[in-house]
Amino acid sequence: MSAATPEPAAALLRYVLRLGDNALVLGQRLAEAMTHGPELEEELANANFALDYIGQARLFYAYAGELEGRGRSEDDFAFLRDSREFENLLLVEQPNGHFGDLVARQFLFESFYALQLEALCHCSDARLAEIAARAVKEIRYHLRHLSRWVVRLGDGTDESHRRIAASFAELWRYSGEAFAGDGVDAVVQAHYDGPDLDALRAAWRQNVADVFAEATLAVPEDGAMAGGGRAGRHTEQFGFLLAERQFLQAGVPGLTW
Amino acid sequence: MVTGIDTARQGNRAQASDPDVARAWTVLADVPDPEIPVLSVLDLGIVRDVRCLDGALAVDVTPTYTGCPATEVIERSIRERLLAAGFDEVGFLRRQLSPPWTTDWISDAGRDKLRAFGIAPPAGSAALAGRRDPALPVACPHCKSQATAEVSEFGSTPCKAAWRCEDCLEPFELFKCL
Repeated sequence: MSAATPEPAAALLRYVLRLGDNALVLGQRLAEAMTHGPELEEELANANFALDYIGQARLFYAYAGELEGRGRSEDDFAFLRDSREFENLLLVEQPNGHFGDLVARQFLFESFYALQLEALCHCSDARLAEIAARAVKEIRYHLRHLSRWVVRLGDGTDESHRRIAASFAELWRYSGEAFAGDGVDAVVQAHYDGPDLDALRAAWRQNVADVFAEATLAVPEDGAMAGGGRAGRHTEQFGFLLAERQFLQAGVPGLTW
Repeated sequence: MVTGIDTARQGNRAQASDPDVARAWTVLADVPDPEIPVLSVLDLGIVRDVRCLDGALAVDVTPTYTGCPATEVIERSIRERLLAAGFDEVGFLRRQLSPPWTTDWISDAGRDKLRAFGIAPPAGSAALAGRRDPALPVACPHCKSQATAEVSEFGSTPCKAAWRCEDCLEPFELFKCL
């Protein structure tokens, strides 16, 4: 996927920015879902998810700013970059849809993200390892909650089963991108003891298969997988999300509160 | 792991040889958590170290949740309280991420204060819990009954879940074990 192999320091910076991008984009999507929850408890859960992601994005961006050394702040990364500079996974930018769609997206992503963070806890970059150790505790708690919802909807009524199965079928094409590594992943694995994506994929499939079995859901067939997010090529929905986030800074540059 | 945490807990106080540092610890004992004001920042276990560096006080604070809005409020109130207590300069307030904060660091006094405030302290130990639910009983902070049920895994702040007591029928909050 990648033409040139990046220098270790450059690869680490991009890797940390991608982690920040995943967290920020998903945090914004979850914030959009607020007040749309099917019940009060899920409203609370969702607001807590969103808060954790925004908090994690801040840690990753603050560290990226230090690695880059050009004085860019968390806000600069969030508000002053254009679409092509965001390298989040396409999965996290997918719209919320109905509650089952949201649960399916979160479950697919967090099953991967929890494993990614667990692996990063043991990487050789001390700062990244400590952020991962902090974040993984939050994500494990989310994932436990989401796994229960997958089971509840899959093994619920005919209608809930049909709809969550359709959500997974629709989103499955975005589930492969996380494991299709590029030069950045390879360099971070080689130089910083970063995650082995093949090992993550195997563990991810096992976890998904276990929860799906309990939920009486069939694991969808792997078809063509969408990609491009990590090269800054996004799905159509991303532009709307970015426009909403950056509207104020575009209209009133440098505005603070 | 458990011994590591116990050592860390005692390590809080072990540094307090310098009289200024000792006084700073007593000031910190009165700095409340903004969301659970019965708990001080020491009860919560988030102050990891206090020391004197070239005459300026240095305080290490470990945030609870990454997105917790209380983190910045806590840091500001620590600084304000220390300045008000006559410290000329609080030179260095460091956010220490590692090791990550765990509810295992909430002191025994803090656990008693939580109960008195109507919040059940975390059930069990995060260090000992596996990845599956430990399914430890949660006692109602009002009537101490263990016939309790979870209402919501998430609550009004990142650190709490909503529960209810099946005996006295009162709702209460549980500090998540993390």
